[in-house]
Amino acid sequence: MKYLCLVYQDEKELASLSQRELDQRVDESLAVDEELKRSGHRIASDALQPVATATTVRVRNGKLSITDGPFAETKEQLGGFWLIDARDLNEAVQIAARLPPAHFGSVEVRPVWDIRSQERRADR
Amino acid sequence: MLATLIRLLGDFDRAEEALNDAFVAALERWPTEGVPAQPRQWLVSTGRFKMIDRMRRSARFDASLAEIAERLAPAGAPDPAGANEEDGVADDRLRLVFTCCHPALPADGQLALTLREVCGLTTEEIARAFLTTAPTIAQRIVRAKAKIRDAKIPYEVPTHADLPARLDPVLHVVYLVFNEGYFASTGESLTRLDLADEAIRLGRLLHELLPEPEVSGLLALMLLHHSRWRARTTGDGEIVLLDHQDRALWSRAEIDEGAALVEAALASRRFGPFTLQAAIAAVHAEARSASETDWRQIVGIYDVLMRAVPSPIVELNRAVAVAMSDGPEAGLRLIDALLARGELADYPHAHSAKADLCRRLGRTSEARVAYERALALSKQAAERRFLEKRLRELDG
Repeated sequence: MKYLCLVYQDEKELASLSQRELDQRVDESLAVDEELKRSGHRIASDALQPVATATTVRVRNGKLSITDGPFAETKEQLGGFWLIDARDLNEAVQIAARLPPAHFGSVEVRPVWDIRSQERRADR
Repeated sequence: MLATLIRLLGDFDRAEEALNDAFVAALERWPTEGVPAQPRQWLVSTGRFKMIDRMRRSARFDASLAEIAERLAPAGAPDPAGANEEDGVADDRLRLVFTCCHPALPADGQLALTLREVCGLTTEEIARAFLTTAPTIAQRIVRAKAKIRDAKIPYEVPTHADLPARLDPVLHVVYLVFNEGYFASTGESLTRLDLADEAIRLGRLLHELLPEPEVSGLLALMLLHHSRWRARTTGDGEIVLLDHQDRALWSRAEIDEGAALVEAALASRRFGPFTLQAAIAAVHAEARSASETDWRQIVGIYDVLMRAVPSPIVELNRAVAVAMSDGPEAGLRLIDALLARGELADYPHAHSAKADLCRRLGRTSEARVAYERALALSKQAAERRFLEKRLRELDG
């Protein structure tokens, strides 16, 4: 079962860190990432540029609208993700708890909805 | 030159630094060696090579810079600033405009970046024009540049298919600059003409580079409004409304140029809201007095405008035109309905328009309430004085 772990953190707090503290955090995340790769849990992962670089795209009535910024303003911002393969939610939560950002921000765990499979039509 | 360097170096800050270096080099060498045959080209290629040099030197500390420097200086490549120089320069300026006005940038960033990079205003000048502080403007510019770099907003003119959508924010930025100059929303005086002039200059540049109907329409709109600036205020800065303006003070040259542009834009049949607004301004410009204005035609153009871009402000302006063509009662009915919907409840001009119609109908107490409401909402010194005068006249 695939889960997407969305990492949220307060960018202001992140910006207040010294280069050394920041490097340390990045190294911690890379180390956990490496472990998850070896255990076969990691499918993909990456960090995101700050929310100031975000662009929201909408198409309505065939008209493209491009706006600066994220869809909603929140206290914590989406800062990265891990796409993992876990046996069930319990294992996914255990993995999410090991992700360093869970210790200063939060991690939203969302099961992937396999819209390519047959069952989705029967289920929904 | 800055626009060309941004293309060649792929970065706003690097380009500014390079241009600076090039000017320093010119100051050192031109007095002794003479001015080169093509000074602009000389400055661009000098700036470019100085920057590549600089990046190679700092490459000892940063490997990624070395890679960029090599990419910018492909061996044996022809001098990109060379052939078709004039064409290239025009393209670069247009690229710069479209990049600064990219819809993914925040609106205030688009505005500040365009004034800074395209018009060459200083951060202090922009801050003065928008009644804010230089650090605020500087921060908006830094943020916009960071997003261009980090989100990788391309430095290019949009393709033909994307042009209509991408042109919108560009025209919008130019019109915002003009509006802030011509209808200053806050502050002491009614106009900040330097900003309006800047917007017209920008409009002319765009029109020269990209003769699209709406570009003509916008330039026409700005010229037709601007043609009235000498008649809009008295010597001591008081407002004179359109129907009391001395039309001999209107600039004939600007009216003629604007009217010709409107005609051409309308003939294209691909025009939009700016052309329609310009057409309305042209009808005013052609009338010898307020009473000789073809108000029916103006209402007709507002009807088309309402279908193209429905908005309560357009509806309000249409209602004022209806009042002129069908009498104040007809206009007042429309304005009352509009105010009842609540969207314009905080818009001073909606209340002053209502007040004016009530005054003309002799409904003095209603006029007073509406003028007072407008006065409470207005942040513009000349406008406030005008409303206070109207209130005094009601009493007298």
